[in-house]
Amino acid sequence: MIVLKQKPLDWILEAARSYDNILIVGCNGCSGIYQVGGEKQVKNLKMVLEMALKIRFGKNINVETCTLLRQCDRDLVASSLRPLVKRIKENGAIISLACGAGVQTVSNVFPKVVVIPGCDTLFVGMRTKELGEFNELCRACGECILFETGGICPLTRCAKGLLNGPCGGMREGKCEVDPTRDCAWALIYERLKAQGRLDLFLKFRPPRDHRVSASPRVWRGE
Amino acid sequence: MRKIYSKLMENLLSGKFVYTAEIEAGKTTNLEEIVEKGKMLKNYVTAINVTDNPGACAHMNPLIPSYVIQRDVGVESVYQITCRDRNRLAIISDLLAAAALGIRNVLAITGDHVIFGDNPEAKPVFDLDSATLVYLIRKMVDEGVDLAGNKIEGEVKFHVGIAANPNAVPLELEILKIARKVKLGIDFIQTQCVFDIDVAKEFLREVRKFNIPVLIGICPVRSIGMMKWYIKECPGGIKIPADMQERLIAARKQKGKKAVLEKSIEISAELIKELRKTTNAAGVHIMAIGFEHVIPKIIEHSS
Ligand code: SF4
Repeated sequence: MIVLKQKPLDWILEAARSYDNILIVGCNGCSGIYQVGGEKQVKNLKMVLEMALKIRFGKNINVETCTLLRQCDRDLVASSLRPLVKRIKENGAIISLACGAGVQTVSNVFPKVVVIPGCDTLFVGMRTKELGEFNELCRACGECILFETGGICPLTRCAKGLLNGPCGGMREGKCEVDPTRDCAWALIYERLKAQGRLDLFLKFRPPRDHRVSASPRVWRGE
Repeated sequence: MRKIYSKLMENLLSGKFVYTAEIEAGKTTNLEEIVEKGKMLKNYVTAINVTDNPGACAHMNPLIPSYVIQRDVGVESVYQITCRDRNRLAIISDLLAAAALGIRNVLAITGDHVIFGDNPEAKPVFDLDSATLVYLIRKMVDEGVDLAGNKIEGEVKFHVGIAANPNAVPLELEILKIARKVKLGIDFIQTQCVFDIDVAKEFLREVRKFNIPVLIGICPVRSIGMMKWYIKECPGGIKIPADMQERLIAARKQKGKKAVLEKSIEISAELIKELRKTTNAAGVHIMAIGFEHVIPKIIEHSS
């Protein structure tokens, strides 16, 4: 999923303070599941925003809310938000609590409306429950090799993104960059060994074709 | 059998015990000091490695000292290239320049991460890694083309070496990694520092099947702090046997700071003697950055 975190409240207040009408749009996709920008967080932000703007700047504003199933769905955004956007026409802005794709979908559908990102998008990853932390897992490189690397992505999880690792800095299975973290290539080695597929560890991967993942990427379907 | 382009390769294949040493290009515009160091080492070593932004610190491009050492000192250089700071275009152009300047030995390494260096905010490149760099060099030398297959005018004559860490845990993983590069076609291996003769022996046993000459890394230490750094912090991890640590600490206690280096010279020489006598190591690669003057002493004591 996409891992994100809410921006500091002061930052959001500063961005929102000059508007009279605000529409907070949440997302029940990754953002909601990770409790960053789902229904509950949208309600909270509405309350805090109204209160803080009043106390700090003596300002009463109208705050509308809406939480979408997925904010990165263009059709869904268009059909669900259109009536609400009408209500914030007078000096209004949208605060989006989705990832960068959600923010830009909203902005794309309503190009005249100012959209304030309420979150910083961090990475594509997973929550490791035991540790209560999130780990980056996929860089969307466009050429998945996970079948060959025991389900562990070296491009993402090796600090140097090496395709023929490990580097000489690996220390007893830990990464040279951060000894509290496992070396991705040590993990790959262990995983392949456990699967009886160590021959794959010997496989040489030629230099990547960076055109595959050069931004901005477009996919036109096949 | 590949052609032989360098004295280093010739000596490595001849069965002679080979000495190489390492110097840094430094954050300097001064080449004189490098030439001086080269002259000091000239009669002792077959070749001198010049490091490429070691520890991710921005130094003079090693290509220049590598060239100057060959031209003004008359000793061969091993031009080190890391993949951290340059993409493949920059590396290809550096290699072309090196070939034009008569550099014949290249050491292909991945490079420490930028966060260890003196400009930690830098963008790490790693467009290539040490394996793909070997692959590139082989293409240039064997096929006369670059990575994309574009033809190169003139010959490219390099021997390509790699680094390896005999101290690595698990060692099997290190060996598999070397095997990957052996298949690509490497000419020699220069290892990370080794203090423990058993570590060297086990490593040499494991890589014997590859039939690639190995220069074991020898690192004298000049202080107890440096010894501890190797044990605790050096990327890759280094083992120093307990009795060796005790000898160094005892020297420090009995005779003061300077005695540590003296003891370390003695220990390094013993290690080399043992390697010469009991292993098939092709030689040693001595690293004593900042106190290169001890290298001749170590070599004298060891032969
Ligand atoms: S130690 Fe492992 S994860 Fe860390 S940079 Fe080296 S190869 Fe990558």
